Amino acid sequence: MASRNPYEVLGVKPDAEDEEIRAAYRKLAKKFHPDLNPGSKQAEAKFKELGTAYDIVGDKDKRGRFDRGEIDASGTEKPQNPYGAYRHYADADAGERYQGSGFRGAQNMSPEDLDDLFSFFGGAGRGGGQGGEGGARQFRMRGEDRHYLLNIDFLDAINGAQKRLDLPGGKSLDVRIPAGLRDGQILRLTGQGGEGLGGGPPGDALIEVHVAPHSLFRREGDDIHMDLPVTLGEAVLGGRVAVPTADGSVTMTIPANANSGRTLRLKGKGVPKPGLAGERGDQYVTLRVMLPDQPDADLTAFLKDWAPSHQYDPRSKLR
Amino acid sequence: MITIETVIRTVGGVRERELRAWIEEGWVRPERQRGVLIFREIDVARVRLIHDLRRDLAIGDEALPVVLNLLDQLYAVRRRLRAVNDAIASQPSSVRRTLRVALRPPRPRAPRKKK
Repeated sequence: MASRNPYEVLGVKPDAEDEEIRAAYRKLAKKFHPDLNPGSKQAEAKFKELGTAYDIVGDKDKRGRFDRGEIDASGTEKPQNPYGAYRHYADADAGERYQGSGFRGAQNMSPEDLDDLFSFFGGAGRGGGQGGEGGARQFRMRGEDRHYLLNIDFLDAINGAQKRLDLPGGKSLDVRIPAGLRDGQILRLTGQGGEGLGGGPPGDALIEVHVAPHSLFRREGDDIHMDLPVTLGEAVLGGRVAVPTADGSVTMTIPANANSGRTLRLKGKGVPKPGLAGERGDQYVTLRVMLPDQPDADLTAFLKDWAPSHQYDPRSKLR
Repeated sequence: MITIETVIRTVGGVRERELRAWIEEGWVRPERQRGVLIFREIDVARVRLIHDLRRDLAIGDEALPVVLNLLDQLYAVRRRLRAVNDAIASQPSSVRRTLRVALRPPRPRAPRKKK
């Protein structure tokens, strides 16, 4: 979708003060916030457009970059909200938790409640000259959402996987883990929750996924970090070494004189970005120089010769 | 199970002390199991909404309970309307037709177009 100019969206001039932009955003957001306009697709779309616009020009840094033409009007999409919007819950039975006073739940509505409802809306109640009570009142109700926990391996979260979740009672659910899943993310399996009543649709299964840590890899956002042990020789002379990645082993070139603690980047070997096919973060490899496991007589002899005439101070910054 | 730490982690920009004050005020109503606060998804979404209202919409803490109260009423009405809708949908088509006619809004008296 082509994005409109953010200044235009907010109705301000391109040279408007920051405060003016904030005020314009607030004014429009109050009008179009979708949780204040439930059911209005138009408000939802408008609010999204506002958010994208304000995301750019409401941020000093991004506004500058936009003004200089470094980023376009689509800016960056805000990260997906893992729990969904308030209106989706408040419209469903879950909303009864925040029942306003004077209202009882939509489920278990008694005939009196229904009368109450009709009078509330100003219409005639039950039997109001319409020939009395009709047939049995059947309520359809959506089944409840069921919550589950699922623990998965680090690499399954990175690469995606197919998991089976055994439920109490012998049933099981097949869960597709999308590549790049974050720890704590919730997956929704539509229609896999509790059965509906009176022909109502079933609820959903909501699966909170926990990712176990890995012995080598650490995840930071879309990037993966790891320590790579290298020999003294590889550090001093450079060389090509095999490095494990989430995607299999790759060969990496270590430059000559690469010190312990130096970090090298393997581009595109990080976490697949959800929703962006083929795009991945990077893997950062931090070198750790390792001496031989056993004392090496030649190395010791060489250093006894070499060290006295080649003094250097790696601790100069500690003072 | 969603704990207060998870909520703080998922809803960026809300401090725990702040959230506890909102719970104290009854704006957010998690359950308490053996002294531990347990949130449901609607609670997390509501924390985000309150955060939006205060930060993006600059609604002050004096006005916020009024806004929340009106919203709670709006959603309660919407849920009841949905229940009524569902009830109507499960009726035989003759009943539905009768209701459709009865619910038709009065037609505005538009000036007639020339044929």
